[in-house]
Amino acid sequence: MNRTQHSDRPLVLGIESSCDETGVGIVRGTALLTNTVSSSMEEHVRFGGVIPEIASRAHLDAFVPTLRQALADADVTLEELDAIAVTSGPGLAGALMVGVCAAKALAVATGKPLYAINHLVAHVGVGLLQGGAGGPDAGPGSLPESGLPENSLPENLGALLVSGGHTEILRIRSITDDVELLGSTIDDAAGEAYDKVARLLGLGYPGGPAIDALARSGNAKAIRFPRGLSQPKYMGTAEEPGPHRYDWSFSGLKTAVARCVEQFEARGEDVPVADIAAAFQEAVVDVITSKTVLACREHGITELLLGGGVAANSRLRQLTGQRCSAAGIRLTVPPLSLCTDNGAMVAALGAQLVMAGVAPSGIGFAPDSSMPVTTVSA
Amino acid sequence: MLILAIDTSAVASAALVSDDAPESVVASFATEDTRSHAEVLAPGIEQLMAEAGLDGADVDAIVTGVGPGPFTGLRSGIVTARTLAFVWNKPLYGVMSLDAIALEVAESTDAVPEFIVATDARRKEVYWARYTLADAQLPQLLDGPHVGFAADLPDLPVYGAGAGIYADLVKAVPEFSSRQPEALSLGQFALARLDAGEALLDSTPLYLRESDARVPGPRKRAL
Ligand SMILES: [Zn+2]
Repeated sequence: MNRTQHSDRPLVLGIESSCDETGVGIVRGTALLTNTVSSSMEEHVRFGGVIPEIASRAHLDAFVPTLRQALADADVTLEELDAIAVTSGPGLAGALMVGVCAAKALAVATGKPLYAINHLVAHVGVGLLQGGAGGPDAGPGSLPESGLPENSLPENLGALLVSGGHTEILRIRSITDDVELLGSTIDDAAGEAYDKVARLLGLGYPGGPAIDALARSGNAKAIRFPRGLSQPKYMGTAEEPGPHRYDWSFSGLKTAVARCVEQFEARGEDVPVADIAAAFQEAVVDVITSKTVLACREHGITELLLGGGVAANSRLRQLTGQRCSAAGIRLTVPPLSLCTDNGAMVAALGAQLVMAGVAPSGIGFAPDSSMPVTTVSA
Repeated sequence: MLILAIDTSAVASAALVSDDAPESVVASFATEDTRSHAEVLAPGIEQLMAEAGLDGADVDAIVTGVGPGPFTGLRSGIVTARTLAFVWNKPLYGVMSLDAIALEVAESTDAVPEFIVATDARRKEVYWARYTLADAQLPQLLDGPHVGFAADLPDLPVYGAGAGIYADLVKAVPEFSSRQPEALSLGQFALARLDAGEALLDSTPLYLRESDARVPGPRKRAL
């Protein structure tokens, strides 16, 4: 088979298993053919957070059915593929292992080249998918009008990734070989903070949607919670940046919420759950967006892509939009089904690597649960 | 019948076995360490097939060890086997991994009529099963597999790496004291059972332990 004949619009299958979603996506160049996801989220509800071993067990049982479904949805056969791509990190070690071993077996059985892909960079790669050819799960309207131009990333691109597993701001000079981490959380991911606070407030799991909904009826100004790592000693100045100028910390915020709840209880008063939810959400969203816009300004970033499951949060979308437009930054938010972890984003980045002529990873690589963003593919 | 067998319940291993081959062995490989499954398994299988001059179409069935074994390693073999079986459209069977060692015991000069096979379960425990042996027959699983402390094993000779680690607590058989389940014996066991018209398992992993997750209790109120 002549693989180069498809190199302008390669047919690529992507596999994602870094957390609790088993995803298989298929793209042709920048066109999305299918985005098939099986989630074990329901199994984690009673624990109030993702349990790695439960997620890994679910990946094992979901992989082949999800693969079969994706091939059927996209109406393609494995023989037609030009390449396979898989998330090899960062993520939960045991969960990554299932997807990586499955992808390697797929490569052995089909003889197709395999790309080991960085999950965080894949969140950015999804922004290159075109809306028009969206598959059944692409969502109504698919990519917004500000969708990025076909097959090329804009100059001065940044990405804000916010989910239950990660919180990062990236600068992307080339999606295939030049990605820089500008800032990240130094403890909990933002989504994790939502889950923990939701539990404190007696709300359900996942915490994001529960707090977002309740916050609408609360007064965000009733209580002021701390914005982590925003003191001058951490921030420094643009010329002399402090040690955490663009970094976040959410563990202190969670402690502050716990103390606040305890104080109301100790006084025998009703806990104003809606106000606390609104004030907590405001603290998270304020510090995320202010540091993001700061990083964009100081690095000449004029295009920002929002990714990760917390992109569903109404207040995060609203405030990011407001602050970006005030700073002259154009914001792109992919459809939510492409923001949460999925295989289509892995396939999308894989296709970019094929089109850029990057060599495949082979089948000898190991998954890397702390893979740095500077490693786009292994 | 040509079987591709895979076991990652301890080490990573794969084998091609066939009733047309001498001793039914076509080719096999096994690692020594127990922590590199993701790196070595797929290249090992690819090389095995290439050196034997075979491809997926030549394989009649795929057999995977279903444990017990450390979870992450165990899953790497099972998902590999499931994926190969799906792509090649071949039947997939499971074999309890300790059966691989039991078959080697049966074929050795150390064999006794009733014995235990044990492997390392970490956390100071072993995975174990109890077998009986009659002349010219496959070992029969009498009890297990279980996970537990070596000191609590029945008072019988114990074969396998789980005995070697706890040789001070059990009747470890020295010749087998570092033996791990491997795909070659697993495949031979599967072939013998299929030839005898006996059933095999499906590919469901035998975890034997729940995940460590705990449902959080209600938060203590300040008053
Ligand atoms: Zn993610």
